[in-house]
Amino acid sequence: MPAGTLYRGREGMWSWVAHRVTGVLIFFFLFVHVLDTALVRVSPEAYDDTVAIYKTPVVALLEYGLVAAILFHALNGLRVIAVDFWSKGPRYQKQMLWSAVGIWFILMVGALYPVLGHAVREVFGS
Amino acid sequence: MSSNNAVTETSSAIGVVEGESLYDVDHPAPVIEAPRQRTNKTPKATRGNFEMAAWLFMRLSGVVLVVLVIGHLLIQLVLDGGVSKIGFAFVAGRWASPFWQVWDLLMLWLAMLHGANGLRTIINDYAERANTRLWLKGLLYTATVFTILLGSLVIFTFDPNIR
Repeated sequence: MPAGTLYRGREGMWSWVAHRVTGVLIFFFLFVHVLDTALVRVSPEAYDDTVAIYKTPVVALLEYGLVAAILFHALNGLRVIAVDFWSKGPRYQKQMLWSAVGIWFILMVGALYPVLGHAVREVFGS
Repeated sequence: MSSNNAVTETSSAIGVVEGESLYDVDHPAPVIEAPRQRTNKTPKATRGNFEMAAWLFMRLSGVVLVVLVIGHLLIQLVLDGGVSKIGFAFVAGRWASPFWQVWDLLMLWLAMLHGANGLRTIINDYAERANTRLWLKGLLYTATVFTILLGSLVIFTFDPNIR
């Protein structure tokens, strides 16, 4: 660790970094998502043609990444709230982070089939 | 003990002070004001509690967004065929109900404001020059207002019989 840095490493810093990175990614997607939804005011065809992009296998992978970012940001956000408002929050911040990561992992396994199933069928046929 | 008594009777706790005091009852020492005491020369408060309100907003909107966004993901990406079922007809079916209109409108506003405040914090942290911060935040606020207005307009003016 370089001298004089504010960064302390370990769970506290890395969860903070991941919270920022996922937050920025989600926010940039939100701009795109409002724009694509706005196409319902242009024509049904314009909207359906654009949404078709969301159904392609490559974008399905990006959607899986989006789900990963949102679920981490949500779970870690609840941890941040607990650290701020629960008297024992700061003491258990590490345990809460690993609990959040555990729940995140289980949810990501659960999201595999619903989010990526159609892409797998399209790529490998069935 | 008795020798100590003799000392305390004749001297104060401060001990011996050299020279005559400049001040007495008729010539009191000037009053030193307490630090941070407000006078009529103090500038009026220029900062309110904005940062505290923003901090609180992040936590309150965050809790609501967890429910709104995870519900949204379940409906759009998981249930009933996942992303494959989404199309103009699906949107028309959902926005026929005021419940989903309010859901989506609330999600739009809270997510945009939550994200905009997050990015404002990041710009303040990493953009070191005042001019850079000014321009980045100008761009951020412009894009945020535009997107919130566009999204709200789409929800309020949606027409299922556009064609």
